[in-house]
Amino acid sequence: MTASLWVTRLIAGRIASAVFTLFLVSLAVFAVSLLMGGDAAEAILGQSATPEALAGLRASMHLDQPAPQRYLGWLIGLLHGDPGTSLVTGRPIGGMIAPRLANSLLLAGLTALVSVPVALTLGILAAVKRGGTFDRVVGIATIGIVSVPEFLIATVAVLIFAVTLHWLPALSSLRDVDSIYELLRVFALPVMSLACVTVAQMIRMTRAAVCDALTSSYVEAARLKGVPPRRLVLGHALPNAIGPIANAVALSLSALLGGVIVIEVIFNYPGVARLMVDAVATRDMPLVQTVAMIFSASYLVLVTTADIVAILANPRLRHQ
Amino acid sequence: MRRPRIALAVGATLVGAALLSALVGPLLAPHSIGAVVDLDVFSPSSAAFPLGTDYLGRDVLSRVLTATRYTVFISFVATMIAASVGIFFGLAAASGSWLDMVLSRLFDIVIAIPSLMFGLVVITSLGASIPVLIGTLAVVYTPGAFRTARALALNVAALDFITVARSRGEGLSYIVLREILPNLIGPLAADFGLRFVFVALLLSGLSFLGLGVQPPYADLGALVRENIAGLGFGAPAVLFPALALASLTVGLNLTIDTLTGGRKATR
Repeated sequence: MTASLWVTRLIAGRIASAVFTLFLVSLAVFAVSLLMGGDAAEAILGQSATPEALAGLRASMHLDQPAPQRYLGWLIGLLHGDPGTSLVTGRPIGGMIAPRLANSLLLAGLTALVSVPVALTLGILAAVKRGGTFDRVVGIATIGIVSVPEFLIATVAVLIFAVTLHWLPALSSLRDVDSIYELLRVFALPVMSLACVTVAQMIRMTRAAVCDALTSSYVEAARLKGVPPRRLVLGHALPNAIGPIANAVALSLSALLGGVIVIEVIFNYPGVARLMVDAVATRDMPLVQTVAMIFSASYLVLVTTADIVAILANPRLRHQ
Repeated sequence: MRRPRIALAVGATLVGAALLSALVGPLLAPHSIGAVVDLDVFSPSSAAFPLGTDYLGRDVLSRVLTATRYTVFISFVATMIAASVGIFFGLAAASGSWLDMVLSRLFDIVIAIPSLMFGLVVITSLGASIPVLIGTLAVVYTPGAFRTARALALNVAALDFITVARSRGEGLSYIVLREILPNLIGPLAADFGLRFVFVALLLSGLSFLGLGVQPPYADLGALVRENIAGLGFGAPAVLFPALALASLTVGLNLTIDTLTGGRKATR
């Protein structure tokens, strides 16, 4: 009873702290927009900015209000799912983002689906066979991939599979996808490139977590007792490594948020990150802010999930 | 233990080559970086143009040699700022409790914004000049340097010789600068190298998106971007800048990983 209460309180604390951080992030994102020279009204009117037109537009966009009031308006709008209108297209941002967000989530989801099982298998195997050739090869390969830019992996993949072998399309247009086979072909390259980055990180962290568990004294004791290797890993070491592994998975998936930006641009994929990159090029601040908030929120969700899983998986906290 | 030594040699060679080309590369460049020297575009490697020519018919070797300088220089300055600020506040946080609370919370905000995303927001508002890029990269990677320095300092501060120094009556600044800091030099240097890799990768990512170093200047990421149209013909112009960048980052990571016994490169 007291133990579960303690855990609940710990988890509630984590969630509260994440929400508070997100609030601070929104302050920071809004503050950065204040640094922009000129304001949105000037940006929209451009050459045709007469003082009267400027004043009129500023009033209609509430730009004549002081910054704190505008911040509150923006924040409340965000919470109600109405982040304002785009400076460039003049359309509501919510409507522009929604279909793109679904595409991005599809890409990220497929990547996670591919990378998690692969990474966990390789990471655990490398930890079990640590010091051996397999471990060394995996180690060098993962360092190589972690330290290479995402666009290199993607361009090399395009060069091999699309340009040289003609197996897969180089661009990921979703327009003429009408069968599962087509879907697989379109997603193969972006998912593969994106998975490379996350898998490499996840393998390294999983290996470290399992290695920690395998070198602990209780596993040593079990080994001396004569527990067979398979049970040693699956029955003794892994249950205690679940917390750190879940942490590794969530943190690596958060790296996906950065990778997805580059990948969507290379493959011309109609996701929310490419929308953001285009918005930066045209300096469409409201759109940039909204997407930045979405990404930060997803990042915080992942990191907080990792924390909560670690708490739940820690028997010391469960049975206190 | 033969393998690590090979990895170390390979890593050190790659890093050495990249640093050398950053230092003296532009002097060795056979052609002026802006000069259109070939009537053909995206031509393959030849005796005259060892790495081929780019989308305007410029010599890729000369451009890579010069771009490496931009990548290394911008990344180095940004990492230097991030590390100095991070270490300063990290040591400060390790010695005071309310300061620790405030600083940790403050840096948590920056960490909670995905780094590329943060760069994009700042660049939307301030434009992509080289000083803005350096500042953005420094801000993005200061929290990591802060966390590392703080954690290392807290570990050392718990050791006996610090207690001895304290009971000897030494002041805070003496303890921090003369007793704690010298013991952190090794791990902090490794951290600096890793951070440099992350900074170089983020910078190239931004430039690749067209939002980093702007023409007429170009770093390696920008070279990949401007030649991306050559990807369809497998032009060396798109591959070699990317490989030059990879040799710098892979080499540095490999070197640090073997020197520290390999448990760090995941941050």
